[in-house]
Amino acid sequence: MADLLRLENVVSGYGDAVVLNGLSFAIKEGRSLALLGRNGTGKTTTIDTIVGVTRHHGGRIVLDGVDISAAAPEARAHAGIGWVPQERNIFKSLSVEENLTAVARPGRWDVRAVYTMFPRLGERRRNLGGQLSGGEQQMLAVARALVLNPRLLLLDEPLEGLAPIIVEELLAAIASLTREEGISAIVVEQKARKILATTDDAIVLDRGSIVHRSTSRELLGDPAALDLHLGVTSRN
Amino acid sequence: MRSATASAREKARQAVADATRWQTPELAFWAVAIAAIFLFPSRHLLLNEIAIVGLFALSIDLILGYAGIVSLGHAAFFGVGAYTAGLLAKAGIGEPVAGLAIAAAVAAAVGFATSFLVIRGSDLTRLMVTLSVALVFVEIANRFESITGGVDGLLGISMGPILGLFEFDFGGTTAYCYSLAVLFGMFLVARRLVRSPFGTSLRALKENRLRAGAIGIPTARRIVTIYTISASIAGVAGALLAQTTAFVSLEVLDFARSADGLLILVIGGSGYLYGGLLGAIAFALMRDALSSLTPAYWMFWMGAILVALVVVGRERVVAKFAAAVDRLRGSGS
Repeated sequence: MADLLRLENVVSGYGDAVVLNGLSFAIKEGRSLALLGRNGTGKTTTIDTIVGVTRHHGGRIVLDGVDISAAAPEARAHAGIGWVPQERNIFKSLSVEENLTAVARPGRWDVRAVYTMFPRLGERRRNLGGQLSGGEQQMLAVARALVLNPRLLLLDEPLEGLAPIIVEELLAAIASLTREEGISAIVVEQKARKILATTDDAIVLDRGSIVHRSTSRELLGDPAALDLHLGVTSRN
Repeated sequence: MRSATASAREKARQAVADATRWQTPELAFWAVAIAAIFLFPSRHLLLNEIAIVGLFALSIDLILGYAGIVSLGHAAFFGVGAYTAGLLAKAGIGEPVAGLAIAAAVAAAVGFATSFLVIRGSDLTRLMVTLSVALVFVEIANRFESITGGVDGLLGISMGPILGLFEFDFGGTTAYCYSLAVLFGMFLVARRLVRSPFGTSLRALKENRLRAGAIGIPTARRIVTIYTISASIAGVAGALLAQTTAFVSLEVLDFARSADGLLILVIGGSGYLYGGLLGAIAFALMRDALSSLTPAYWMFWMGAILVALVVVGRERVVAKFAAAVDRLRGSGS
């Protein structure tokens, strides 16, 4: 299967500061990838770089054979990249429905389809984004990325600060999207065990470079690697 | 499957209908505006001025209240519309509606051409750029005296009857009815626009432009579009002034006009369309009342009220006013 997204020796960061120094990896169509690492290792910068909100210093970002390194963020979104940013970042002054209709593009995922996936959003469609709970905001952030009808979802710490029951609900949604709907996904997450059980492949970053690459199942079954790279105890 | 699609369509239609449904206060506002024709027969000239200033403030509200673009130079489009309508009338195209349409198109073209200057930069940069554009237009109008009349203004404008039917009168009745009809038409367009997904995406980019772009909203295109539409509406307001007063001077391009537009939005509030209209009414009535009470110091009192409004906060003043009305209602019943 062909690569959907490929990063080739990407160098990027914020302003003159370089965070990613020659990062290379690829994700195939229909696969999901867990992007792991301790705090400050470049996970969010990787996502931001793919989205196009960092300064690009070098290398190539190729989406479905097309170099998008110089493309504007909205062009990347229209090319099929859906972004669920860290801390949700929904539009708090817009209602749930307005958050969705503001970005919706034609395709299988319309407002009705995301309400079917997240019925709670349908119930609260007239509420302002700022009136939602953390879990509902996260659902809205995922739904907002879905109505763009993306081929690749980028989820930046989607489980952060959520109640356990909401975490399970969201993990089920992510699994359904990647395994049943065939949408590729890159998921940055601190809850390593949770996300490794949901994804196909895993990459561990340290200081902007890849220090481990395997399938998620292999990493999950290797307590030594988990402890070495992530300091993950049996509970995390 | 077909029934599911039909149901989705029905839901979407319902959602649009919900969003565009008229509220009672809105209907009351327009009913009062129409009733004013009969209630204040001697004040039609003032009412006409309010309608024009309200339309101009509405045009600024579209960019400020919905897209977050601050402009100190919107008078440029008002002036372009005014001069276009005036020059057309002088050239023999004296039918007001035709003049209005051409003025709207010319102002839209100028707005489109200058919109690219406001895509980038901070609020301060935009303030300076928009102010500079307006100053350039003042200088152009001043220099091309043979066409614009320079500081003497454009004299000899003769307007024909509206649609060949309604002659302008000295009392300003036709002028007010005409301006009110145009204001309502423009308001309908703006109302539909801001309640559509396009309008929602504008509010999203106002809240966070970088994020809006990254989730797929074409921010630059949206800004260019709304700026062009806003310029066109400002041009219509300018054309209305030229047609209903049969005079155009450099004052239509003045910085003070742009500043007044912003002040009106400070008074009435931005981001809900009626702010410009209510603000224009309050602004004109305050100016009228204060200049009658203290002809020498009315500007001082006007400034003092505006400062108080900004310091105390319009929302707080409105809330106190609403509470007082509720108390009165309570004691009355």
